[in-house]
Amino acid sequence: MNSVKTLSLSCRNPNRRRLNRRQRTLVVVALAAAYLLLLLGGGLLLGEEGLSTNLTRRNMPPSLSYPLGTDWLGRDMLARTVQGLSLSFAVGLAAAGTSAFIALVLGLTSALGGKRLDTVITWLVDLFLAVPHLVLIILIAFVFGGGITGVIAGVTFTHWPALTRLLRAEVLQLRSAEFVLVSRRLGRSRWWVATRHLLPHLKPQFLVGLILLFPHAILHEAAVTFLGFGLSPHRPAIGVILSESMHYLSAGSWWLAFFPGLALLTMVRAFDVLGDNLRLLFNPRSAQE
Amino acid sequence: MWLFLAGKFLRLLTLLVAVCVFSFLLLEFSPIDPVRAYVGADMLKVGPEQWAKIAEYWGLDRPLPERFMRWSAAVLRGDLGVSMIFRRPVLEVIGERSLASLALMLTAWTFSGVFGFALGALAGMKQGTWTDRVIKWYCLTLASTPLFWLALLMLLTFAVWLGWFPVGLGVPAGVPAHEVTFADRLRHLLLPALTLSIAGVAGVALHTRQKLVEVLQSDYVLFARARGESGLQLFRRHGWRNIALPVTTLQFASFSELFGGSVLAEQVFSYPGLGQAAVQAGLRGDVPLLLGVVIFSALFVFSGNLAAELLYRLIDPRLRLKSACCKQGGYL
Repeated sequence: MNSVKTLSLSCRNPNRRRLNRRQRTLVVVALAAAYLLLLLGGGLLLGEEGLSTNLTRRNMPPSLSYPLGTDWLGRDMLARTVQGLSLSFAVGLAAAGTSAFIALVLGLTSALGGKRLDTVITWLVDLFLAVPHLVLIILIAFVFGGGITGVIAGVTFTHWPALTRLLRAEVLQLRSAEFVLVSRRLGRSRWWVATRHLLPHLKPQFLVGLILLFPHAILHEAAVTFLGFGLSPHRPAIGVILSESMHYLSAGSWWLAFFPGLALLTMVRAFDVLGDNLRLLFNPRSAQE
Repeated sequence: MWLFLAGKFLRLLTLLVAVCVFSFLLLEFSPIDPVRAYVGADMLKVGPEQWAKIAEYWGLDRPLPERFMRWSAAVLRGDLGVSMIFRRPVLEVIGERSLASLALMLTAWTFSGVFGFALGALAGMKQGTWTDRVIKWYCLTLASTPLFWLALLMLLTFAVWLGWFPVGLGVPAGVPAHEVTFADRLRHLLLPALTLSIAGVAGVALHTRQKLVEVLQSDYVLFARARGESGLQLFRRHGWRNIALPVTTLQFASFSELFGGSVLAEQVFSYPGLGQAAVQAGLRGDVPLLLGVVIFSALFVFSGNLAAELLYRLIDPRLRLKSACCKQGGYL
């Protein structure tokens, strides 16, 4: 009896949900994009004014004029947070873009470049996955001499293995598809096949992979700056803000840590939701879910 | 089975060699001057002759291959060099620190496994309901929460406001080492471990839920439902038997994230573990210690993956058969 009821319920629900999914996705995409644009634009608009020290308004809890409060030097936390997030955004963009590009090149060569090359690349992927992600980032950031370059290099050179694996598997599957085999028989070169047949098929995977790299890259960037790599007091990244706030926690300044972290969380979540929804849109099979 | 183990051992060897060579080369080409890192703030007091002496003492004036051979020979003898920060052998530092870290990670690993499995199972059994939606939303949000922020919140709530736990460190401050009791250590361990567990729940729970949903869509569950089974009985007879293995495997394979998480948690709670040592080494240019931590963490991750694969082969006979007739392990 019970299972019959749930069955009929679960039959009705998907119909209603499927109608909404596209619209919902579009709304989510618009919201996420608006939020991210707001962050970027805000970083430019708010400028230096909120960042200047003003000792008459030190350590103020959140109020109407300072929604996120002020810090121990009287700087507006809203301005600092937005600036920090736009910096994280930029680093994330650079890191995720480069990582995705590396993954695309390696994934294609691995699947098209013959057996030996494939072994080398899969081995390289395994090697990079063998060491914990954060430790590897610390190592690479250290090698590049710390600072903001070190952080970007660390985050960039550690995010490609997972996507490489995914793209390689995809190419391996595509390679034995009939249209590719026919094209090869007709005398097309490997390069032609790769650029004309495989790349268009990889585009959605690549795009979604790129967007889903963002949250990882941003979180890792924040984590590494929090640990103290790439510390630059003039351009406070979100990790630096949080790490500085640690000294004022026992004095009860909870807003210094709470809101910047929450803002970072919403930004990461926005990217996550964006990527997942785009994947649902691109993948025809997901209509079954 | 022995062939499998031998293959794994060979793989571990190649992996370790590769990690060593790779890290060594990376550090070699970095712009950081080891002598400068060693001298640090005393830069002005050290003349060029002394500078050259220090370089010569460490053999830094020799060619690269020779230095690598000497270093790797020392590593093979179990000598990872002397840490510049702690002025003690790296192996000793790692041995001491890793005990603290392993205690932390093991606690968190167990907690997150149990709670994650319970939450995921609940969500999977109630698929499509509000319970499921709330749990899913919670886990997805948790997955994009910066761990160090979560740790800060925990610290703020439980240590600063409520005052239930100490604000940090592995042992009480100002108490001689021999007077530190086990209860003290436990009190200092609990908050970081709790943070790590809460963060670790997300992955396990989502994975459990997905596997359980797959199982519940199978024909045998449909048949069981037709026989009148439902709820807890269905879960006990068909659910958990089928999902326990993949979920345990995933939990073992998550050692890499666990290590990363413990680095951050240790930093926030000033917990004297391996992660904190790694951060210090990276920030202050302690190359031997950094290399040691990299090698140790690679070993740690490898043992997690190996445990996962062994568990699978021990419990699921199909895998043994498959690899026996195809004569290949490795990927798949």
